[in-house]
Amino acid sequence: MEVNEELIKKIAGLSKLNLNQEEISKFIKDFKDILEAFKVLDEIDVKGVKSSFRPIEQKNVLREDKVENCLEQKEALKFTKNKEKGFFVGPGTIE
Amino acid sequence: MIQDHLKKVQSGKLKLDEYLDEILDKCKSINDEYHYFNTICEQEAKQQAKEIHKKTKKGKLAGLIISVKDNLCVKDVESTAGSRILKGYKPLFDATAIQRLRKEDAIIIGKTSCDAFGFGSFNTNVGLDFKIPKNPFDKERATGGSSGGAAGITQKADFPHIAIAESTGGSIENPASFCGVVGFCPTYGVVSRYGLISYANSLDKIGVMSKKVKDIVPVLESIAGFDEKDSTSLIEKLDLNPKNHKKLKIGLITEGMSEGVDKAIKDNINKIVKKLKSKGLEVEEVSLPFTFKYGISTYYIIATCEASTNLACLSGLRYGQESDPKGKSFAEYFSEVRSKHFNEESKRRIMLGTFARMAGYRDAYYIKATKVRTKIIEEYKNLFQSYDILICPTMPVVAPKFSEIKKMTPLQNYMMDILTVGPNLAGVPHASIPIGEKDGLPIGLMGIADHLQDGKLLQFLQIIEDLV
Repeated sequence: MEVNEELIKKIAGLSKLNLNQEEISKFIKDFKDILEAFKVLDEIDVKGVKSSFRPIEQKNVLREDKVENCLEQKEALKFTKNKEKGFFVGPGTIE
Repeated sequence: MIQDHLKKVQSGKLKLDEYLDEILDKCKSINDEYHYFNTICEQEAKQQAKEIHKKTKKGKLAGLIISVKDNLCVKDVESTAGSRILKGYKPLFDATAIQRLRKEDAIIIGKTSCDAFGFGSFNTNVGLDFKIPKNPFDKERATGGSSGGAAGITQKADFPHIAIAESTGGSIENPASFCGVVGFCPTYGVVSRYGLISYANSLDKIGVMSKKVKDIVPVLESIAGFDEKDSTSLIEKLDLNPKNHKKLKIGLITEGMSEGVDKAIKDNINKIVKKLKSKGLEVEEVSLPFTFKYGISTYYIIATCEASTNLACLSGLRYGQESDPKGKSFAEYFSEVRSKHFNEESKRRIMLGTFARMAGYRDAYYIKATKVRTKIIEEYKNLFQSYDILICPTMPVVAPKFSEIKKMTPLQNYMMDILTVGPNLAGVPHASIPIGEKDGLPIGLMGIADHLQDGKLLQFLQIIEDLV
């Protein structure tokens, strides 16, 4: 895999970030450096090793299924300027 | 020590409103010079003081002044995690830790500076338009990060004060070391993460900073404990005041005393080891070769993967910074807001994490790192079969100058976490405590204990504090 402008633009697109040319050049350099360092993990054999998605064994605790108060509509809409008739207004989702 | 202050409040001898006015003035004046607070919540604190004053039966932390790292939600107080994208966001709820502090009548005085979302080792990666905090011992130098504001105000406050901070890969220990205070990071899951603006869920831990070891206990006791709002919070109860262990057996991590570590720091650690031995404690050299070789890469892969998913919720909708969504596709709109308000390091980490989770790379990076993490945890667990506490320097250097940090590449920045990523990946309790100085700049020792042995670690820290 080569770290180039195409790859950085692809990652930026997936990350929902628009980068300018200066940022693209900087990230190409940084990614080359960082991914080279990450290569050190290639030498480890992890066959048969389980993943740790958290650092400590935990028991599953289920909570009681009870009805509680939730946010009032007015409160939920308190911090947005993009609202209409009690709803959030967002961008189009169908292109 | 906070105990005398707490007694005064309980007895009603202290006029809390006048006292608070004085504290607020001090904080404002410190802040003008050092930039430790993103927000000082004067009105909310005064209101709290009034309510506490009226109570006949006060909580056990009544009147204790608490600062909170800006990545924890405090009701009605701007909580930005140090990023411009959350400017204006005033949570409608308190984080569980804050709720529990309020229950004990502690007073929340403000939100402390941090690298945006905790993405940094020097607190220089603050959000766009935010001010960088300055080291309390030399204004040309960094506080360390990411909980830099918390460490700075803890050092500068000449009044009883406790900081609530948070560590993902070293964000409590590192600034505590650079600012010369005690920084305690408990076992993963001991303090609920509900209301924490997440960096990396499997690594984030809320902890405490103070000037003295003893002051940590009542605060940690208040905020610790199972919370049904955080599915990863532990049900096990902590004993923070264990009966004295006959003799703690200490392991000195040799990798922490290697060539790359400042000689003055190593000399100070060796001095402490001598004192521990003369006190009758057994200290032996131990090694964590796997952790030191693979820890940094493992940490940065896991942390950025988790960060890139967490930060996906910041899209210019519902709260925080917005734009006009009309006529725009969701991709256009989200990208516009995110590109405008995230700082460079936030973009870098989101992109690294996105890359490491991309189809075709996920197994080679993310899944691999989670397996390497298992082996790192095992390496610590093996040592804890023979040793109670592991020690090493907290940081390889004393607080660097801003001019030195500017010259560092991102990878060189990440390498600064070499000593702190291990215990954070393993989720074991660890803490930094000041043991000396180099040219007037503090040096920290890091103590590490096994899972849920937080009480034993506090006992060890007390021994160190008494020795220094």
